[in-house]
Amino acid sequence: MAASDPGRGPAWHEIVRDVLKANVIRLVTYVPDNVLRPLIEGVRADPFFTCFSTAREEEAVGILAGAWMGGMRGILLMQTSGFATLPNVLASLPCAFQIPTMMMISERGTLGEFNIGQAMVCRTMRPILDSLGIEHHTVTRLDECEFIVDRTIRQAIMTQAPAALILSPLLTGGKVVKP
Amino acid sequence: MSGAIAHHNAKRMYRFDLCRRLASKLHREEAVIGGIGNSNFDLWAAGHRPQNFYMLGSMGLAIPIALGVAIAQPQRKVFVLEGDGSLLMELGCLSTVAARAPKNLSILLFDNGVYQITGGQPTPAAHTTDFVAVARACGLGDSAWAADEEDFESQLDRCLATDGPHFIGLKLDDQPPKGQTERDPSQIRDRFMRGLGTKASRILG
Repeated sequence: MAASDPGRGPAWHEIVRDVLKANVIRLVTYVPDNVLRPLIEGVRADPFFTCFSTAREEEAVGILAGAWMGGMRGILLMQTSGFATLPNVLASLPCAFQIPTMMMISERGTLGEFNIGQAMVCRTMRPILDSLGIEHHTVTRLDECEFIVDRTIRQAIMTQAPAALILSPLLTGGKVVKP
Repeated sequence: MSGAIAHHNAKRMYRFDLCRRLASKLHREEAVIGGIGNSNFDLWAAGHRPQNFYMLGSMGLAIPIALGVAIAQPQRKVFVLEGDGSLLMELGCLSTVAARAPKNLSILLFDNGVYQITGGQPTPAAHTTDFVAVARACGLGDSAWAADEEDFESQLDRCLATDGPHFIGLKLDDQPPKGQTERDPSQIRDRFMRGLGTKASRILG
């Protein structure tokens, strides 16, 4: 399971937090999500990070762009439906201006989704990323988490391109309710 | 007196003239973010500075971009020029700014009540919304309409001399912009980063 287990090494959110730190990603902006909660709490508890929520995901794309140009690296945490609000600003800000905006998306809408709206909007996520030419990887396994997150961040910075990391329910457990 | 003027009594001013007045007061490499369209066109026309960023597209994000710069470089004063139509798209960002309370950020709102660049159609807010009152209610206590050009300049002096965040409402006349920004986003970004000292590699030519 995805929850932290003392006998089994770090949980996914501890790995992500440590990789963000290792890559000096100091600014963490988010629109809250249940699955992301342990990561948000872990980051908030660590004074290394500046961490706050925004009213909309779009706003965070602007904040991260300004921070990058000012010399501070950041990441936006959100869920699938929040990502779906972003195509215009992704196209005209990070893509057009060559800014390595990092995004981490908790994947709703698949593998046991209970909300039909989430299930439908989920289908737009990868086609949007593909049509904007944004590099994206889906993390499904704990043993691959560090490698994928670290390498995706490094490539985004070195190539000055936005990138998306999708956290599958296979990794996180997702959000489920009983039918 | 700053802060005392009601929005319907504020003088309607010329955006290009206001941009020139702002530029003439910037001597310490202050960053300026120009919002989409005519807001950044007049910033450009007032004279390019390496610390100017001109937004193309991403309507509504000028204030968030400025907040990001202000967080990354707390020692540098940051100004943002945003239009009323743009702010209306992203009103929530005022609450975010108020929550972060960056001391080095000043928001200048250009309010002409219309989408000037698309033919002058009135915004939904044109006859009903007082943006300075909105800013105050979002938690930006230091918010005021500029009564006229002289009042604008004294408010700018206060932005430069005191901790923010500050919010200045500027009523505009209907004059068109004085020029158009060169639309080359990666060059705009590169110049801005050099202007902020975050990129230092040598450029040829």
